[in-house]
Amino acid sequence: MSRHGYSGFALIEVLHTAQELFGYLSPTLLKTIAHKLKLPPSRVLGVATFYHFFSLKPKGEHTFVVCIGTACYVAGGYSLVQKLEHRCAKAGHTTEDGKVSVETARCIGSCGLAPAVVYDGNVLPRVTPGILDTELDRIGVQ
Amino acid sequence: MNAEQLRDNQNEELDRQQGLQNRILCCTAAGCISCGADGLRQALAGEVETQGLKGKVEVCGTGCLGLCSRGPLVLDSARKRLYGNIKAADAPAILAGTAQSNLAERSIDMEVPFFTRQMKIVLANSGRVDPEKLADYIAVGGYQSLAKALEEMTAREVIEEVRKSGLRGRGGAGYPTGVKWALVAKQPPQTKYVVCNADEGDPGAFMDRSVLEGDPHRVLEGMAIAGYAVGAQQGYIYVRGEYGLAIQRLQNAIKQAEREHLLGTRILEQGFQFHIDLRIGAGAFVCGEETALIASIEGKRGQPRQRPPYPPASGLWGQPTLINNVETFANIPPIIEKGGDWFASIGTATSKGTKVFALAGKIANTGLIEVPMGMTLREILFDIGGGIPGGKFKAAQTGGPSGGCIPEQFLDTPVDYESLSKIGSIMGSGGLIVMDDTSCMVDVARFFMEFCMDESCGKCIPCRAGTVQMHDILQRITTGEASPAELDMLKTLGTLLRETSLCGLGQTAPNPVVSTLKYFPEEYEAHIRERRCPARQCKFAPGEEEVPA
Repeated sequence: MSRHGYSGFALIEVLHTAQELFGYLSPTLLKTIAHKLKLPPSRVLGVATFYHFFSLKPKGEHTFVVCIGTACYVAGGYSLVQKLEHRCAKAGHTTEDGKVSVETARCIGSCGLAPAVVYDGNVLPRVTPGILDTELDRIGVQ
Repeated sequence: MNAEQLRDNQNEELDRQQGLQNRILCCTAAGCISCGADGLRQALAGEVETQGLKGKVEVCGTGCLGLCSRGPLVLDSARKRLYGNIKAADAPAILAGTAQSNLAERSIDMEVPFFTRQMKIVLANSGRVDPEKLADYIAVGGYQSLAKALEEMTAREVIEEVRKSGLRGRGGAGYPTGVKWALVAKQPPQTKYVVCNADEGDPGAFMDRSVLEGDPHRVLEGMAIAGYAVGAQQGYIYVRGEYGLAIQRLQNAIKQAEREHLLGTRILEQGFQFHIDLRIGAGAFVCGEETALIASIEGKRGQPRQRPPYPPASGLWGQPTLINNVETFANIPPIIEKGGDWFASIGTATSKGTKVFALAGKIANTGLIEVPMGMTLREILFDIGGGIPGGKFKAAQTGGPSGGCIPEQFLDTPVDYESLSKIGSIMGSGGLIVMDDTSCMVDVARFFMEFCMDESCGKCIPCRAGTVQMHDILQRITTGEASPAELDMLKTLGTLLRETSLCGLGQTAPNPVVSTLKYFPEEYEAHIRERRCPARQCKFAPGEEEVPA
């Protein structure tokens, strides 16, 4: 925060860094940020909920982000979402044991490799439900 | 560094490169990295070490080589051979250049239309320079356009050159760039800003990403020239948060350029100063709209506001602001170098230059291409794209969720701003997605409407409520529950959204629906009246018997 001179303009940068450090934005964290940047807490919450990138809930041990941009949609991205929803949790949620988070993204810009899944930060190209099954078995998901 | 040192550095680096026996270029754009390009590059570099070829053979990472579907790609520049689907284990064979059978199979002919029919201006350096090395960019003449502008041209002459080139905004709307620059320049002297819109949100588009990853210095140079022309000293690049690699390479490039006085204070030892900072987006499609983007840079919710005043009059923090797209800025250095007349000689009467397209979907050669304006869709899709593998062409989608679907009868339409809008689509930022007969057009329309519904910022009611209503009807059509009267309702809602929404997102949200209704009415009819999906994609709600196809 001091790098940005505690300026309210830097709110999005601060939220990015906070999420990187803590994994998600807890209510206490948001209140601290609001206090330090001298912004109303409503403004901080408003910005944090407006952007998809910020998460107000803790993430699971592993994260699958299924791309459902146009190219991945045409190539069958939804079948991957269905597979993950069937075996793990609904899109946007984490399994109860905190093992896997399932998310969707609107195009990650890897359209030449459709359908793509970002698995713990790495892009998997040309994914099939079978590949997901193998990976889920490997990390021990029932 | 001053202009003279810049030229010395160029010659030095060129001499060094010519002294090498070979340069092995390894594509390290996001696509190839996700197929293992990083490990491959290390394996190649390791192999050079073990064979004692250090100082003779150089292994570099480069920007996108174009043919993403065959990644990871490696280019042997001495033997002029391109290989696809290369594994780390292939490193010794590549260095030896042997005509080993399994390598020869994966060598890609560079005389095919995919390469020969393209014309590269924006992507000229992509696949030639290492995006992480400033010396490489200087070797191909980098920053000399900036030097030329600062030393030989007045700000007015720079704008005149851009105006003469006929360059139009590459973000989609196609506003003449020279006119926009002149608008900002004519504001009285005060704090002004230059903003690069790199919030490439259209699903199915990855042109800007490839330019930023493959040639970041080019964009910085274009922005600095713009800053000089309009009288700004501060620039911002607003990048999508999803583009981690692009962010990392931009940060690196800015640092390098500042160290050499190509950015920052006393640029090229002239009196001009220009700083560039990055702003990272956080996943909101609407932030591609210029007023929403400004709000987001200011740290607020990215909601658009009423225009006018337009950003050239009142933009970032109420100051005059120039906003251009990545590809637009990347076109600037060659225009200054070779002149506006040269640029204007390419393309059609109203659309000059080239356009980068991201080919994706049901097409043989997915990847990144750049073609002169005015080429027909048929040439792009069938000559360059290699056609549709195993299927029949149904539609091409341009312009993302704001664009339309182009059916077969318009395949001979030349690609320029006017022709595309005449047939109900738009140029857009350059995503080109091909669909074959397994895609249901109603479901495609529903898909885009779902996108707009999710991404609507909620500020104005036509967009917030209208997209939900339209999506609801489309959803019911794809499950066979809609009545024929709802089709008219869909059309009425479409007109309403187009006429009354606040910003481009809502105004163009009905486009995919309108164009599919116009060109594929029989698919809508089949869903509603016969409860049948011609593409056999939609699952109908249980209840009545499904009519067999």
